[in-house]
Amino acid sequence: MAHVHSIDTGASHGSVGSYVIDFIFSVVLTVAAFGVVTQQLMGPTESIIAIAVLAFIQILVHLVFFLHMNTSLLQRWNVVAFGFTSMVAVIVIEGTLWVLNSVGPTT
Amino acid sequence: MLQKTLSLNLPGSHDDHGASNTVLGFWLYLMTDCIIFASLFAVFAVTGNQFAGGPSGKDVFELPGVMMETAILLLSSITFGFGMLAAHKGKSTALLAWLGVTFVLGAVFIALEIHELSLLIAQGYGPERSAFLSAFFTLVGTQGLHVTVGLIWMTILAVQVIGNKKVTQRDLTRLTCLSLFWHFLDIVWICVFTFVYLTSVV
Repeated sequence: MAHVHSIDTGASHGSVGSYVIDFIFSVVLTVAAFGVVTQQLMGPTESIIAIAVLAFIQILVHLVFFLHMNTSLLQRWNVVAFGFTSMVAVIVIEGTLWVLNSVGPTT
Repeated sequence: MLQKTLSLNLPGSHDDHGASNTVLGFWLYLMTDCIIFASLFAVFAVTGNQFAGGPSGKDVFELPGVMMETAILLLSSITFGFGMLAAHKGKSTALLAWLGVTFVLGAVFIALEIHELSLLIAQGYGPERSAFLSAFFTLVGTQGLHVTVGLIWMTILAVQVIGNKKVTQRDLTRLTCLSLFWHFLDIVWICVFTFVYLTSVV
């Protein structure tokens, strides 16, 4: 038991390296997102899709490197809760937009 | 999540379960917080183009300021991470130093946010001006309130660590919860700068 723990703890709270990797990733992704908008490299729709994708990648990077999410057995309930919450969040946001864009005379 | 890290100093101890349950419970609270933010983002998505003749995001958002806030919050995430590494090694002085740096960065972030929002209110673009501004103030204000609570929490934990003169197991559990909270707020901010500021300016 103790032996298993001592192995697990090594990976679970990250290291200087993993924090620095996340930081560099985040800086690159953030600068890219601001760059897409300020430099107006693409049309509005393409820009929004591009920054949404960049945000999605950055959130995943944060979850793995800062919040240390992984698929190990000990993390199972955290991941299950997170998966359920993500589903609820998507339903709330997409559902709201879908319904409200369908009811009004506008758009 | 991080519950397994808490078993660090007590192999086979019964407290092991207590600490891991605490962190799992806190994680579940964060998930409910996620739903609050999801609702606020949904509101902003719906009302973000209802200007009622008032200014649009393009008129009022200052991207350099947002860029600054983003950089500061991101930096505070990595400094908190370094603080946690020090805490796991039991180095309380290094932990307190990193917490201090994180606190200053968080405080500067809040100061910038308050400055930005009060400037809007001074121009007559307060939350009462339009649905867009109501949704904007609520969303950004809620995130700012969370960061402020995080700063108060950080101060309390720092005082406890100073009082104990070392990083106890209980401190480590509490610090782990705060670090989840802090990194979670950074994730919320990614969504804020992407879906509120950048999409409004595009």
